[in-house]
Amino acid sequence: MKTKKAMSHKDKTFLAMIIPVVVLFFAFNTLPLIKGAIYSFTNYRGYGSYDWVGFRNYIDLFTDIRVGNSYLFTFKYAIAGTILVNVLSLMLAIGLCSKIRCKSFLRGVYFVPNILGGLIVGYIFSFIFTYILPAAGEALNIGFLQNSILADERYAWIGVLIVGVWQAAAMNTIIYISGIQTVPADIYEAGMIDGANAWQTFRKLTLPMLMPFVSINLVLSTKNLLMVFDQIMSLTKGGPAQSTESISYLIYKNGMDGGQFGFQSANAVLFFVVIVTISIIQMKLTSRKEEQL
Amino acid sequence: MKKKGVKGTNWVLTVILLICCLTVFFPLYMTVIIAFKQPSEMTNNVAGALAFPSSWSFSNFAEAMEVTDFWHSLGNSLLITVIAIAGAIILHSIGGYAIGRNMTKKKGYRWIYYYIVSGMFVPFAILMMPLVKQTAQLGIANRAGVILLYIVFYMPINIMLYTGYLKNIPLAMEEAAEIDGATTWVAFKKVIFPMMKPMHATVAVLTALGTWNDVMTPLVIMSGTGQTTLPLAQLNFQTQFGTNYNLAFASYLLALIPILIFYVVCQKQIIGGIANGAVKG
Repeated sequence: MKTKKAMSHKDKTFLAMIIPVVVLFFAFNTLPLIKGAIYSFTNYRGYGSYDWVGFRNYIDLFTDIRVGNSYLFTFKYAIAGTILVNVLSLMLAIGLCSKIRCKSFLRGVYFVPNILGGLIVGYIFSFIFTYILPAAGEALNIGFLQNSILADERYAWIGVLIVGVWQAAAMNTIIYISGIQTVPADIYEAGMIDGANAWQTFRKLTLPMLMPFVSINLVLSTKNLLMVFDQIMSLTKGGPAQSTESISYLIYKNGMDGGQFGFQSANAVLFFVVIVTISIIQMKLTSRKEEQL
Repeated sequence: MKKKGVKGTNWVLTVILLICCLTVFFPLYMTVIIAFKQPSEMTNNVAGALAFPSSWSFSNFAEAMEVTDFWHSLGNSLLITVIAIAGAIILHSIGGYAIGRNMTKKKGYRWIYYYIVSGMFVPFAILMMPLVKQTAQLGIANRAGVILLYIVFYMPINIMLYTGYLKNIPLAMEEAAEIDGATTWVAFKKVIFPMMKPMHATVAVLTALGTWNDVMTPLVIMSGTGQTTLPLAQLNFQTQFGTNYNLAFASYLLALIPILIFYVVCQKQIIGGIANGAVKG
């Protein structure tokens, strides 16, 4: 009897602990999510009165050229970015885990881009793309560099990509380093005795052991790159000719100021579904690879 | 690579990695140089932007501080980040504890865990517009609202980290305290909370980096208050900087210095904290 009473008291304490957390999360995450979904069925402009429009916004999403272009840009950016970020940071992590000098200094330096804010980094790189690179192109007589890549519809996305990768690679490198450190050293010794070369060691030993970290990094970097906003804000503001308008930026711009609250809510719901779907696929694919081990 | 490594220092790799550091140092070097120059020194070639200034003057910084109301923005950034971290550590460790100790036996807590952790995939873009309305209705379209939102936004990752870390802390720890007559609260406060210290560091680092550099949340939530954070000030004063890049870069450098100092001082804890989060998560 006594123990039962003590148990229920304990359960009450646990409830008292969890309820504020759940209430807060519901009020400022789930509730706005539901509200956003409701607005997506209206023609609300952000002010004044509005009507229900059913699935009209969702149908319009698929015919809206500007929305289509923002998805094209964001995917192009996220796919190229995820590949570049993961290849670069894996190479960097392996390098930083080898027998090198100044190891802690180097690791410290390569993490710096991640602690700096995307907006300010964007402004700094904007100057490099607009003034330094063209001046260097002029001096070295390299044709395609002589104009700012940010001013060119075809290349502006590459400028945004360089900045995004520069920042994201830092975080992924640290995660890969901590992954490499979990691989026991005797595995490599066994590999060496079997006469494996550097590539074979990496392909057959390091990479399979790192699969859980590849999985984390793929999901993390794809998700963050898909949500790109700060760099767009400071580098291109979506231009030139809307060629670098990311989904987040379009939702912000037209939803908040452009009188498309309802329509952009539908866009946001679609964006949410896209992110969840991609993340689930990535986790499924990489976890299958882990099992094959 | 590995073969050579076993024998001794891999000098080739060391040199390559040191050279590649330039990709990090170059933008920072350029920022410092331009921040100290006068507009008249900015000629139209590479040297004009990258050579040392003729005299190292702090006048740009003084002007930038005035234009962007630097101390005020810095104060706001510090206030928001520090309270958000404290709130996150307290609230999320309590939540993580309640979930971690119950989720194996009770379905409800397991559902709560998945419910909160799945919030990681909700992009801010979908919450943004409803949250602007909601915070305005509640009268918290200000710094307090931004802090509250950060505590909610970092809940999924932090709860996941705390819950995961709790698996390393044996139940016997708090049972011993409870036999001595401590309540669950006291056992948590006196025994478990101090034992979660490595995770507090990770949570603090992740929350700090995210909130300190965030632009979007203060941009949409606090726009009506006239208050700014450090990054937001750079955005708001773009038009004032005009084509005076020296003034703009002095302002950028001022905005970067606090986090750079913090990083240099706490580098080990920051990198360790993130590595810890990756392994445990």
